[in-house]
Amino acid sequence: MTERVRLTSRYLDGLVPWLLPILVVAAWELAARFGVLSARVLPAPSDILVAFWITLKDGSMIHHVAVSARRALYGLVIGGGIGFVLGVLTGALPVAEKLLDTSVQMLRNIPHLAIIPLVILWFGIGEEAKIFLVAIGSLFPIYLNTFHGIRTVDRGLVEMARVYGLSPTALFLRVILPGALPSILVGLRYALGIMWLTLIVSETISASEGIGYMTMNAREFLQTDVVLLGIIVYALLGKLADSATRALEHLALSWHPAYQTRKAVAA
Amino acid sequence: MRAANASLRWVAPLGLDDPVALASVPAETHATTRPGKGLSIRFEHAGKSFGQRQVLAGLDLSIPAGQFVAIVGRSGGGKTTLLRLLTGLDQPSRGRVLIDETPVTGLQSSVRLLFQDARLLPWQRVISNVGIARAFGWREAAQAALADVGLADRANDWPAVLSGGQRQRVALARALVNHPGVLLLDEPFGALDALTRQEMHQLVTQIWQSHGFTTVLITHDVREAVTLADRVLVLRGGRIALDLEIPDARPRLTGNAKLAALEAEILREV
Repeated sequence: MTERVRLTSRYLDGLVPWLLPILVVAAWELAARFGVLSARVLPAPSDILVAFWITLKDGSMIHHVAVSARRALYGLVIGGGIGFVLGVLTGALPVAEKLLDTSVQMLRNIPHLAIIPLVILWFGIGEEAKIFLVAIGSLFPIYLNTFHGIRTVDRGLVEMARVYGLSPTALFLRVILPGALPSILVGLRYALGIMWLTLIVSETISASEGIGYMTMNAREFLQTDVVLLGIIVYALLGKLADSATRALEHLALSWHPAYQTRKAVAA
Repeated sequence: MRAANASLRWVAPLGLDDPVALASVPAETHATTRPGKGLSIRFEHAGKSFGQRQVLAGLDLSIPAGQFVAIVGRSGGGKTTLLRLLTGLDQPSRGRVLIDETPVTGLQSSVRLLFQDARLLPWQRVISNVGIARAFGWREAAQAALADVGLADRANDWPAVLSGGQRQRVALARALVNHPGVLLLDEPFGALDALTRQEMHQLVTQIWQSHGFTTVLITHDVREAVTLADRVLVLRGGRIALDLEIPDARPRLTGNAKLAALEAEILREV
């Protein structure tokens, strides 16, 4: 009897965070149905679902998402890779820091979206332009956090590793890189946020496919439901990327006490 | 200025032009071929200065193979510098330091150091921490060393779940794994509670007796020095102020009148 009550209350507890969103969506649906909200301003949630179904069935949704995701991934890998290598160099070698850091800091302070006109002049409106912008955007968070992570590795551990005769390669792979990893992963999460932002802006300005194109095209035809759908897809993709990084953190930082306790609580 | 230097110093081993880190590699085989044999230590007018400040005056000291020596003194007396010269982390400004009649020029694989804090890699399991050098057959050797310190069943745990005393025992196992000729202890029991410290004293004495390495213990606890060592040195202002043999047989009981008298004598000199 009491067991049953406890189960029910736990069930309700899980529902509480969703209460407000459900109410808002319900109110929105009702407002749209009874003509309080014009369909041009804000179409009903059910209309958005219908639009989602239609774009899914004709294959255009999958195509646009695939194109956008590919741009995002290429940009992240190129920009993040360069940021990581630069961060390792400046973090580990004082000479490299002296040579590079000032230049990187100057470039970092240029808002990367400000160079869109220049990028269009260089690359036109092709794929390169968007990948370039995403790469530039995700380079700096990863660079900064890699540099910071390497600099804050426990010096006691590094000294210990030297006394125990680790080669420079082993020292880097087994002591410095794992020590810097928590910080690098924070950089990755920042980079993901900037990656989507950059992609949205660059796809909205000039593209012939991708989610940004899909929403801009829908705007031309006053399809507000498709525009909203695009926004929701962006949100879902962003959430997905963030969850993936969290999973990566749990996998890579399983030694970390913070992740051990969290896992224990979840179990 | 010194702080700034210190914060940059650790970066050096990453550079490929670092002779110290590379020089230590071929020596690994040397130690493993002669397991459990103590090596002699000799300081010949060895001195160390940092800029104008002289930390160690010309030091003459001979430690026979297998002896357990404790070095006591106030902080700033040169204890840590002496230890760093023995590990090869620092080079003497004057004179020489010899281990097994060979001058110390770089990091020695026959010399192992137990730090004040355990310095375990938190992202490696206990067994991988013990076998950190990854020499041939490291897993078996690490398992054996863990058994020596009584932690054979914790091999696959993360260091984070161990107690302070257990961590220090893992660090001890790591030091023992390739049978060092010299074991250096840099106040390794200072952060432990009294009971754990006593357990560690027994463990170190027992392991020292069975392995036969030469041991140099740095401590500011005079009672600890008298309880553990064959010989106590007082280091003051970079010089040896007192060199005292402890003739008492082991096991030594605390509260022993003879040890208490020696302790008082040492305390006068510190």
